[in-house]
Amino acid sequence: MEKFQQHRRTVLKGALASSLVGLAASWGMLGNVAHAARPQMAFDAEDLDGTLNALFGEDSIADSDMITVKGPDIAENGAVVPIRVTANVENAESIAILVPENPAPMVAAFDLQSSISPEISVRIKMGKTSDVIALVRADGQVLRGAKEVKVTIGGCGG
Amino acid sequence: MTMKAKAKVISDGRVDVKLLIKHPMETGQRKDRKTGQPIPAHFVDSVTCHWNDQELLRAHWGPAISKNPYLSFKLDGPAKGDAIVIRWTDNKGESGEKEYTIG
Repeated sequence: MEKFQQHRRTVLKGALASSLVGLAASWGMLGNVAHAARPQMAFDAEDLDGTLNALFGEDSIADSDMITVKGPDIAENGAVVPIRVTANVENAESIAILVPENPAPMVAAFDLQSSISPEISVRIKMGKTSDVIALVRADGQVLRGAKEVKVTIGGCGG
Repeated sequence: MTMKAKAKVISDGRVDVKLLIKHPMETGQRKDRKTGQPIPAHFVDSVTCHWNDQELLRAHWGPAISKNPYLSFKLDGPAKGDAIVIRWTDNKGESGEKEYTIG
């Protein structure tokens, strides 16, 4: 019985691992960025670690001056915070925008073809003061840039 | 729900695309003030940009994108007169698609 249990656990682990690999592959980690599937596990995660794990697994993340996050120092209305992410790198495959202090940190992910300049502007909601983190995958590396935005009135609830 | 976009060549030869979608972007966390009932989540979860049947950009969005979403990005490759197709879908299966000529 114990053996069976153990075996069952291994099988489950294997299934989980392969589905994670599948997710990773589909989110542009293995080269083919077009028609990538939605990183749903990252959107479902409720803390930063869970989100990063869903997006990048065990891959290391390096802070980089090449990744710029522009936004207001103070946002009076957290419901509409303009953010611009610029990645001064070649071969950017994807950009993810995260707000760690939001109820779910994952805000958006962008899969890029080579003919897209890695420069994206979007307006986001912020529940309270937080860093806005941009994570860019390029040439097998994950690079991080961040900017703190102070929020006067949160924009997530009613 | 309507979409407006503009695509034009800018000084460095790249194409600047600006896009606005009219959409409530409900998070699912708000409550109706009168009834106290939660308002169901309703948000754009995907935006794509195609050129010559090539997918150049795919955005995956959650409910933390602002109401009436704004997005801008830059393209290398497409030229003046080319057509790009922008398509959005939301979590309720509604969608919109439009072709724009680069000016």
